[in-house]
Amino acid sequence: MTTRTKAKPAAETAAPRMMTGAQIVVEALREQGVSVMFGYPGGAVLPIYDALYGQDAIRHILVRHEQGAGHAAEGYARSTGKCGVALVTSGPGATNMVTPITDALMDSIPMVVITGQVPTHLIGTDAFQECDTTGITRSCAKHNYLVTDVTQLARIMHEAFYVATSGRPGPVVVDIPKDIQFATGPYVGKEGITKPTYVPQRIPKTDAIKAAADLMTKAWRPIFYTGGGVINSGPRASEKLRELQELTGFPVTSTLMGLGAFPASHPDWLGMLGMHGSFEANNAMHDCDLMICVGARFDDRVTGRIDAFSPKSKKIHIDIDASSINKIVRVDVPVVADCAEALDALITEIKALKRKMPDLTPWRDQIDTWRARRCFTYANSAEVIKPQYAVERLYALTKDRKTYITTEVGQHQMWAAQFYHFEEPNRWMTSGGLGTMGYGLPAAVGVQAAHPEALVIDIAGEASIQMMMQELSTAVQHKLPVKVFILNNEWMGMVRQWQELLHGERYSHSYSESLPDFVMLAKALGGHGIRCDKPDELDAKILEMIDHPGPVLFDCRVERAENCLPMIPSGSAHNQMILGEITGNEVGEAGRKLV
Amino acid sequence: MTDAPKPLGGNGNGPKSAYFLSHADQEIERRTLAVLVDNEPGVLARVVGLFSGRGYNIDSLTVAEVDSSQHRSRITIVTQGTAHILEQIEAQLLRIVPVAEVIDITNSKTGIERELALVKVAGTGEKRVEALRIAEIFRAHVIDTTNESFIFEVTGASEKLTQFVDLMRPLGLVEVSRTGVLSIKRGKEKG
Repeated sequence: MTTRTKAKPAAETAAPRMMTGAQIVVEALREQGVSVMFGYPGGAVLPIYDALYGQDAIRHILVRHEQGAGHAAEGYARSTGKCGVALVTSGPGATNMVTPITDALMDSIPMVVITGQVPTHLIGTDAFQECDTTGITRSCAKHNYLVTDVTQLARIMHEAFYVATSGRPGPVVVDIPKDIQFATGPYVGKEGITKPTYVPQRIPKTDAIKAAADLMTKAWRPIFYTGGGVINSGPRASEKLRELQELTGFPVTSTLMGLGAFPASHPDWLGMLGMHGSFEANNAMHDCDLMICVGARFDDRVTGRIDAFSPKSKKIHIDIDASSINKIVRVDVPVVADCAEALDALITEIKALKRKMPDLTPWRDQIDTWRARRCFTYANSAEVIKPQYAVERLYALTKDRKTYITTEVGQHQMWAAQFYHFEEPNRWMTSGGLGTMGYGLPAAVGVQAAHPEALVIDIAGEASIQMMMQELSTAVQHKLPVKVFILNNEWMGMVRQWQELLHGERYSHSYSESLPDFVMLAKALGGHGIRCDKPDELDAKILEMIDHPGPVLFDCRVERAENCLPMIPSGSAHNQMILGEITGNEVGEAGRKLV
Repeated sequence: MTDAPKPLGGNGNGPKSAYFLSHADQEIERRTLAVLVDNEPGVLARVVGLFSGRGYNIDSLTVAEVDSSQHRSRITIVTQGTAHILEQIEAQLLRIVPVAEVIDITNSKTGIERELALVKVAGTGEKRVEALRIAEIFRAHVIDTTNESFIFEVTGASEKLTQFVDLMRPLGLVEVSRTGVLSIKRGKEKG
């Protein structure tokens, strides 16, 4: 028995409800509170699709490619805090899901993926549309199951949701052979489902909190370095972060994944840190004497050169995943706990200490001198739209609405992170860890399905958008009025930038040749197309995009050779940022070999 | 900022404070870990895949179900790495959903490690007699014999087995089969 189900009163257990495997799947989804799911049918999941037919508890969004279903489920999950659900068939359906499953694992997104499988007696025979789904997804999912007995199906479904949403969230795959979907078995509810070998540590140890609070009340140059864990922990963690910051007055920076947990309008907000982060955030990280890392994992995009990373600081690391601690950077005080619980305990402990804390004025003054460099300044133009200007205007014209932003991957993603500002968690969906081009549009579809009244914008590049372009058709079919704002510079901009920086301006295969006419493409797919190439027309056309009731493709023609700055080049430290122009001599031999 | 925090996480499976770890410590250590898992399909692949996927070494591996009522299996893994990598290996193993417990046998004062080997030696005359004499010293059992060969069964620590095999080499060693290391702790306590 891997899992025990609590005994129920005799009256209830007397006659378990018998149903087919397919019905068990749908009933379990319903009981788990799933109201929207994303999928694509095929031979090995037809019984489940049959069980979905004619019911209205769960809305099924038909995508155009299975990868789209996965990213849509991710977008849904990130914008709601709930578990995303995708349903695909065996073989190619499952292999097309590998990218979103890996993406969700890297960014800790709760997702349950149900895959059909060939009937049990055909497994291992290289049957039509057979693949070893559990084998293929073993290393890219948090956990996976191959269901071989219909009596276990209901338990496995509930366990999958428990594993996906608890601890450090992640994707869980449930692979169900077709004969199991037809077989009849008992339905059990989600009550009492536990997994004795899997017990996340949510509550911090007291001695760890005491040690952390002691360091925090004695620090002269402290900084909060927060990450996606604060968002994943739920809205309470963001509230507690704000409360603890108010109590201490410490400056706050965040990873790409953590944007929105702390309000960007706050005077102590330093902006994002890392490779394309702000000058003030990176220098403060380098010179701090105490770093409080909350739900972040010292990713290489964040740390830069590891042996020169924040050399003078003591480090506190709060993470629910013990393996994240001391993985890359050695820390002084490890705190294994849920972010909200740890932050709450720190607030209580610091208040109880009643200690007079050091005066942070010299540290704030130092940060202000870094701020004064105004690292995101760019040379604007009256003739050509600068990409930074485009995002700035988009922000100015949408910030007062309930707006959700998704992105693809590349320069536009970094400009979005730099120039679009977030006040609340769950408003920013981007592929951080895996860096999946094509994430943004299907994610926007998922976000819009969860928030029908909100304004959902995918800030995209002309190269990324072509990877999952077909999902605009999904948006049209399901009346999801997503807006795709393409910063079209006719280059794979980040690749071009790296080739300029590292490869002597030899632009190998990074020019976006034979681009489609995005306005006509939008029309062909049933949406609305807008093109803009003049700065003075930008505002009016952005408003036209917002006011259009359906999906829009906005082809924003921007400066072609603009570089995304500031930048910490590979192999450099936080205090070695490129601020002005790229000269091509910034990166040494060792850095050239890094990604 | 001179107050050193107390050592943390010494109990249970929490990570140890790195404050007291030497950052220059890059020595490769050998370590035996006992991993208790739910015996569900694919669990061994998960454990082994973790090692290959993250670039860790496996020197030996044994696995069998040890508690059929609870479907518990015990995997004993001998691995090596720096102190930092070994700490990561333990933490990463504990992330695997069906892994219940990871026991560091090497750093436990009460850990016992044993291995079994089957060793085939062929020869006649004086070499055959010498092989039998050495086998007695190592308390190896003869489990099969022909006029020209023996198969010895020998148990003990891995080093003892290696030593036995080395001694048999000049005496007509044909083939060796080893189980890999098994582990358990002394005393009445479990785990």
